[in-house]
Amino acid sequence: MPDAVLHLERLRKSFGALVVTDDLTFDVMPRELHAVIGPNGAGKTTLINQISGLVAPDSGTIQFAGRDITALPTHARAELGLARSFQVSSILPGFSALENVALAVQSRAGSSFRVLGRAAAEAALNDPAMAALADVGLAERAHVPAGELAHGEKRALELAIALAMQPKVLLLDEPMAGTGHEETARLVELLRRLKGRFAVVLVEHDMTAVFALADRISVLIYGRILASGTPARVRADPRVVAAYLGDEME
Amino acid sequence: MAVLLAASPARPRGRLQALPACIFLAFALIPIVALFAGGTYLVSLGSRVMIFAIAAVALDLLVGYGALISFGHAAFIGIGAYAVGILSVYGITDALVSLPVALAVSAAYAFLTGVVCLRTSGVYFIMITLAFGQMAFFTASSLAPFGGDDGLTIAARNTLAGLPLLRNERAFYYFVFVCLLGTYLFCRALVRSRFGRVVRGAKENPVRMATIGFDVYRFQLATYVIAGALAGLSGFLLANATEFVSPAYMSWQRSGELIVMVLLGGLGSLDGAIIGAAAYLLTEEWLSGVTEHWKVIFGPVLVLVVLFARGGLIGLARDLARRFARA
Repeated sequence: MPDAVLHLERLRKSFGALVVTDDLTFDVMPRELHAVIGPNGAGKTTLINQISGLVAPDSGTIQFAGRDITALPTHARAELGLARSFQVSSILPGFSALENVALAVQSRAGSSFRVLGRAAAEAALNDPAMAALADVGLAERAHVPAGELAHGEKRALELAIALAMQPKVLLLDEPMAGTGHEETARLVELLRRLKGRFAVVLVEHDMTAVFALADRISVLIYGRILASGTPARVRADPRVVAAYLGDEME
Repeated sequence: MAVLLAASPARPRGRLQALPACIFLAFALIPIVALFAGGTYLVSLGSRVMIFAIAAVALDLLVGYGALISFGHAAFIGIGAYAVGILSVYGITDALVSLPVALAVSAAYAFLTGVVCLRTSGVYFIMITLAFGQMAFFTASSLAPFGGDDGLTIAARNTLAGLPLLRNERAFYYFVFVCLLGTYLFCRALVRSRFGRVVRGAKENPVRMATIGFDVYRFQLATYVIAGALAGLSGFLLANATEFVSPAYMSWQRSGELIVMVLLGGLGSLDGAIIGAAAYLLTEEWLSGVTEHWKVIFGPVLVLVVLFARGGLIGLARDLARRFARA
């Protein structure tokens, strides 16, 4: 598949004797929402970390938008248009929600070596940041220090930061982790609205959300892809039901 | 978008603007007070406070805003001072030459060492900056042609464009005053700028900063060089104030004192760094007149400040102001 926006080729990673990514080949098409599901310890977060550059694979290659990015540092991948959220919210707690997002806008805008002018008062940074906050429903909380936001709001803030980067591919590592029922429904609604603007790799345990959103699902078990295909096909796959979905779909 | 331009409610303004105004007004008035009491002693003590305040403000950029705990900051002061001393040995005694040289050499040392130091973080960063500081110290000690251990006496203060302006104690005082004011205003603009926001963000969460596309290392290196150059400025002034340079200027104890100044004043506040430098040096001046073992008294006081006034003196002042506003 030559026009995949993200393509992993025979990726391997082990921590000591534990193989967490085992000869994994995986791709994501433009504008596709590709969900990755699997039991705890299947290597989902490690996979996301390798794509975003926080963990280096032992072998294999990662291609992004037609470029080999396997050796690129995290910040360079982000500059190319690879955004991510974290399983445990990773924000700047002392900065306001608006500043958290404005920094992402600033990163896209370049010229961060500017030493004059109050960054916090720049409309060119604040307006797009405000738009991203409005997108996730946080506009009214813009001036609250991010550390003081409620859990669900922090999850939404992570999304706003990612949106502000205008990514080509967005990696979401369990965006619904720890959120309540209503918040999950809101996040699903939000992701549905965002779908199609860019490609999304969604790692998630909430099967209702996954089956509602995904164009394609890959099931990861012990670092290997057990099955991959449309939601209907994956749901019907007896191996998947036996290995994973059996208990999850109770 | 008026809402956006409104100040974020988290930071009370206005009142805090009054603080730097008070600080600089007080410094500006000292030579006038000295006409009536204190004389040149007061003026030269004031210069000394401001000179160290410059270095403390620079260090606060690293420690307070960047979470880069440099334990070798005195080295840059020493390098700035030695630039003045060594140039004077060769008969170059004008500030128009020695000041740019002092800045350039300390910035260069900051760049070369920063390239290595900033590959590490946490305790390793502290240790490696200490190591580079000690390297500068021992290099200076072994500079036999320039006094070695004993240091180097400078025949006279630098001239300024040929004029012996700095030799007048009051004129020198106001020269230092302008340097401190410039340093303060520059650093204040810096921490609020786009650049400064990246540095502050990297202090809070470097991984997040990398994943939104910032090469944190480059920003930290630039900050390290700026802080080094400003400490070099402080060294240039110190050499001229004392007409003497010595390896003791770069001892690790001196680096420690600078950290104490920043902590005492309040981490991450430029006003605090100036207040901390003043509080430290004035306490030293006063207590060392009372007893030779003044550190025995100063030590516990510092412990109390760190334990009970986490924001340093500036935090204490803020709390008091808040309490007064409520009463």
